[in-house]
Amino acid sequence: MHVELPEAIRAHLPVLVVILPLFGGLLSLFLGLLGSIMRGSGGLLAWLWSCLITGLTLICSASLLFDVHAGGPEVYRIGSWPEEYGIGYNVDALNAFVIFVVAMIGFLATVYAKDSVASEISKDRHHLFYAVWLLAICGLIGITVTGDTFNIYVLLEISSLTVYTLVALGGDRDRRALTASLKYLILGSIGATFILLGIGYLLMLTGTLNMADMHAQLVRMREAGELENNRTLFVSFAFLMVGLSLKMALFPLHLWLPRAYTYAPSAVSALVAATATKVGVYMTFRFVFTIYGGVYDSTLDLYLLALCACAGIVLSSLSAIRQTNVKKVLAYSSVGQIAYMVLGFSLANDAGVTASVIHIFNHALIKGGMFMAVGAVVLRVGGNRIEDFKGIGRKMPLTMAAFTVGGCGLIGVPMTAGFISKWYLVEAAMQRGYWFVAFIVLLGGLLALIYVWRLIEIIWFAQPDEPNKQIAEAPLTMLIPMWILIGASVVFGVDATWTAESAHAAAQLLLHGGP
Amino acid sequence: MDIGLFNYWLAIVIIMIGFYGVIARRNLLKQAIALGLFQTGVFLFYVTMGVYRSPDGVPGIAPVWTDAAKTGPFDNPLPHVLMLTAIVVSVSTLAVAVAIIVNIQRKYGTIEEDEILEADRLSGDR
Repeated sequence: MHVELPEAIRAHLPVLVVILPLFGGLLSLFLGLLGSIMRGSGGLLAWLWSCLITGLTLICSASLLFDVHAGGPEVYRIGSWPEEYGIGYNVDALNAFVIFVVAMIGFLATVYAKDSVASEISKDRHHLFYAVWLLAICGLIGITVTGDTFNIYVLLEISSLTVYTLVALGGDRDRRALTASLKYLILGSIGATFILLGIGYLLMLTGTLNMADMHAQLVRMREAGELENNRTLFVSFAFLMVGLSLKMALFPLHLWLPRAYTYAPSAVSALVAATATKVGVYMTFRFVFTIYGGVYDSTLDLYLLALCACAGIVLSSLSAIRQTNVKKVLAYSSVGQIAYMVLGFSLANDAGVTASVIHIFNHALIKGGMFMAVGAVVLRVGGNRIEDFKGIGRKMPLTMAAFTVGGCGLIGVPMTAGFISKWYLVEAAMQRGYWFVAFIVLLGGLLALIYVWRLIEIIWFAQPDEPNKQIAEAPLTMLIPMWILIGASVVFGVDATWTAESAHAAAQLLLHGGP
Repeated sequence: MDIGLFNYWLAIVIIMIGFYGVIARRNLLKQAIALGLFQTGVFLFYVTMGVYRSPDGVPGIAPVWTDAAKTGPFDNPLPHVLMLTAIVVSVSTLAVAVAIIVNIQRKYGTIEEDEILEADRLSGDR
């Protein structure tokens, strides 16, 4: 993937990927005003604008990924201040990859959003929707690119506040979106405040906010013997872990997720399911490995995380089997899939962290595509209960084929991306000699087979309630992004060289501090 | 005057009161208020962290203006500045929360969590 941009732009790529959606989002409000003067075309104008902005962001992030792979990590000092004083944006093999994933999903979900938003959100709010939408993408990319811990908190709140708003916009269709959004807001804010407390303890200990500098200070203190039984260090780690687990919806702290994903507008479900929790997992990587790596003995904590993840895989899959709402099935399945990522890095070996990073990418493709397919059904049929899906395979074959291929990815059928993730995960568990963990991973696949098959059976083999009702195939603006994601999940399931190499480079960086 | 760890204890007490309120109250607006209190406790924690005293209680001196008689005691301004940002975040969170609660009141006619759950149960899980 080679994108050639002028040198003057390439030097500023790390900050451009954040600034483009930030200012794009603000300007989108004025476009809405312009549109209302031109009598009610504000929504279309804002959509075109958002496609342009997210498209440019995608080009920038692709170029950034290429630059980092070719030329090694980049540091961008905002305002040319040294990193100890100002804010530094650090881009390395890990976050260049995650930024690319977020930007790609952001662009495709924006293209997808047009018809879905037009049918689900009242007309006078479309330009506001796209403004908040772009800000959410800005926050998600910002968390990933920044190398400053307090900046992480601020951008985390930008992305969270906008996502709460986006979820609440589902209230036009179903009032339960409002209560789901408020629950998400309260639990999310508690999580963010815990993260803020954790950062505070770290600041107390090291006197700096920059991640690399923090790590250097901690290493120095450890060598001077100041970290023996240091309770400040322990408490900061505990606060950060609880806060991050809330944000990424790790099993016992996942209660906000199913309702928020279910009642959000379809386009929002697709964007958030594919990116928000992944960015949470990325933050956990950064804290556990980049800051505490080699300083704090986290063996016991990782053991605890692995335990939560194993419980999450089994119990959330069991919940998914019992749901009568297709979006809720996918939401519970997301809780299980996040547990796979956590399980991977809590094994803390090469194959485990590689599995984790690779699953961030693969699951974003699969779940993004599947939520898009459900959104198309919501558009054409008007509901997302299981009954609405009866025999829909014959009416919307292309959409439902995408859904089915995505479902195979969730199970981990060979030749799909999900298989690659599980392969690495089982390998990591074997290397550690944790047979129990390998068993849980395979059991999770089996349970996924049950909840996916239940849907597939209804979609393709059940008789529709009204066989003669005309239901059209989804529009092209929905089908194309959906099939790009699902198609990519098959391509990277057959030939995983590129993803495996990127993920392996990231794992090397996290575990050993360099390639 | 040396107050020891008093401020830290106070911060923890405020945080815990707020946290308890978020969990225990069934009125959505009260939950939002408790959430604000919870975050305020963290502000106090950060601001206290910035106070600089040498081990025998002598206040710090500004690194540039070293004439302590003219400048007065010096504290680390960084945590204070961070809290300006965090206060803005907290206010925005509260604003979004209240906006959602207003909409809940419009659609459900109540902001009591129990009554909302009851209303959802009656309308059936669609």
